[in-house]
Amino acid sequence: MFGILRIAYKLLVNDKGKFAALLMGITFSVFLMIQMTSMFAGMMRKASATVANTGAQMWVLDRAVNNVSSSIPMPDYVLDAVRSMPGVKYAVPLSSGVGMARLHDGTYQAVTVLGLDDNSLLGRPRLIAGTIEDIYAENGFIVVADEELPKLENPKLGTEFEINDNRGVIVGVATVPASGLFGIPTLYTTYSRAIQYIPSMRYTLSFVLVEPASAADIPRIKSEVAKLGYEARTQREFVDKITSFYEWHTGMGMNMMLMTIISFIVGLSLSGQTFYTFTLENLEKFGALKAIGAKGRELVAIILFQATLTALAGYGLGIGLCAGLIALAKLRLPDYASIITFPNLALAFGMVLVIAAISSYIAVRRVLRIEPFDIFRG
Amino acid sequence: MGNYAIEAKGLSKWFGSGATRTLAVSGVSFDAGFDEMLYIVGPSGSGKTTLLSMLSGILRPDSGSVRVEDIDIWTLDDNHLATFRLQTVGFVFQDYHLFPRLTTVENVAIPLILKRVEWKDAIEQAMHYLEIVGLGSRAQLPPNKLSGGEQQRVAIARAIVSAPDVLIFDEPTASLDGDTGRKVIEFVRTEVLNDHRCILIVTHDNRIYEFADRIVKMEDGRIIGIEKGQAHA
Repeated sequence: MFGILRIAYKLLVNDKGKFAALLMGITFSVFLMIQMTSMFAGMMRKASATVANTGAQMWVLDRAVNNVSSSIPMPDYVLDAVRSMPGVKYAVPLSSGVGMARLHDGTYQAVTVLGLDDNSLLGRPRLIAGTIEDIYAENGFIVVADEELPKLENPKLGTEFEINDNRGVIVGVATVPASGLFGIPTLYTTYSRAIQYIPSMRYTLSFVLVEPASAADIPRIKSEVAKLGYEARTQREFVDKITSFYEWHTGMGMNMMLMTIISFIVGLSLSGQTFYTFTLENLEKFGALKAIGAKGRELVAIILFQATLTALAGYGLGIGLCAGLIALAKLRLPDYASIITFPNLALAFGMVLVIAAISSYIAVRRVLRIEPFDIFRG
Repeated sequence: MGNYAIEAKGLSKWFGSGATRTLAVSGVSFDAGFDEMLYIVGPSGSGKTTLLSMLSGILRPDSGSVRVEDIDIWTLDDNHLATFRLQTVGFVFQDYHLFPRLTTVENVAIPLILKRVEWKDAIEQAMHYLEIVGLGSRAQLPPNKLSGGEQQRVAIARAIVSAPDVLIFDEPTASLDGDTGRKVIEFVRTEVLNDHRCILIVTHDNRIYEFADRIVKMEDGRIIGIEKGQAHA
């Protein structure tokens, strides 16, 4: 069979024009599919940034909360109730809100303010300047040095600023694995200062971060929290809830999905048509092969090999092109939200296989139908 | 092995259905021996190509039987029939049907590759047959760089590379000028018709009749006469 596949390979790549057209179709399709899904993945990563950055195993939240930035405060007794639940190792409060920082030129810049538990500072970011204890200093804030930092005029240790008409001082500079979706800088402070500086409703507890004693305790904690009228989610489940919200309730996911489907159809049309034409042009030759003694399965092997080879080559080129363009875009736009994930690659791979399968199915049907007698008849 | 390379008995073939049903070949019986070059001639629509297709295991007859080297070929299933064609029959098509994206030598090697001969060995053997047909120096060219006569010889090399006992030529001189056509058939007569081989040629071209051992004349799907050719010993 190796010799037959070698023939198939030569028939394919020696027809440079058709091969290039086939590759271009698949590459373009893969590029579009991965680009679309990567943008969505990038945005979802940013949307779930606080959840990932905080690193808590479980989150207790109001059932109506769909993302960290629009939390619904809970009464303080929830924290005490959670702490007293069996299976909870410890539980701490987290405040999440948006404040207005006043810049030196008098303009205002919205900032995300995260208030960490005063005692444990659970969820604190990794500092690259300053010391974490300084967060307890008067008006102390830690600023995240991400792509949004310039919007606060690149503050340094000791930089003073105004936040919601209160004085603030930068006492630390930190990094986090992912920055937020909304393109605003992030400040960390203590929970007590956050609820003091950031206006809130009667209740102030945005989230309760929970460390279960063991993984086996998670279902029980969920059940106990549900009895309080709230919900407890693992980090993964909370990220999924946020993703699901953007996917199905904002139009963002649907648009991305439509674009991905369109990319698939474009790829299928281009590649399917070119591959079919390629097969049609060789149809008489396939008939001659059949007359000579090639079996149906050998002709099918030729077509499947050609389709698979083209699909894989186009898939690789598409990924390369997409990765290159994302890297290029990130050089110019640091907060460009696009990330290639394994599920994206798997999805595109699956779709490319479907394109190859449909293209080759049509060609195989045509080739298997040709009668060697037609070759004699001319 | 029997006395005849090919024995056909009562072959009939219909095409179409209903009012358009046409009898293409009607009750044809004949035989062809080894070391024989046999022509099937007749006007267009006389059933020559249909008969040739039934004899070579390509087109299933509606009635009658074909024995090639004592094998009743139409009792074989499709897979065995393909194997039979690959092992026993060599084809030279009217339009050659060479792959323009392969080199000449790769085209010639195709039957060997289908027979699972190693690539390197197949190419070596194909090269040998290309040299036999006088095209050794053209081995690495694509077929479309060759003249019509050269392409015809490549097709002949491809037909004989797997050493089949039966060779089928469909209008071998139709695309060639008179002189080239004559030379090609003369080559077939002198160089290819050996080794206990039977050659069937469908042709309109009476300029090559001189190379035939026998000439089967067909009209309206029937054999109307079998004549001895000029080359008959």
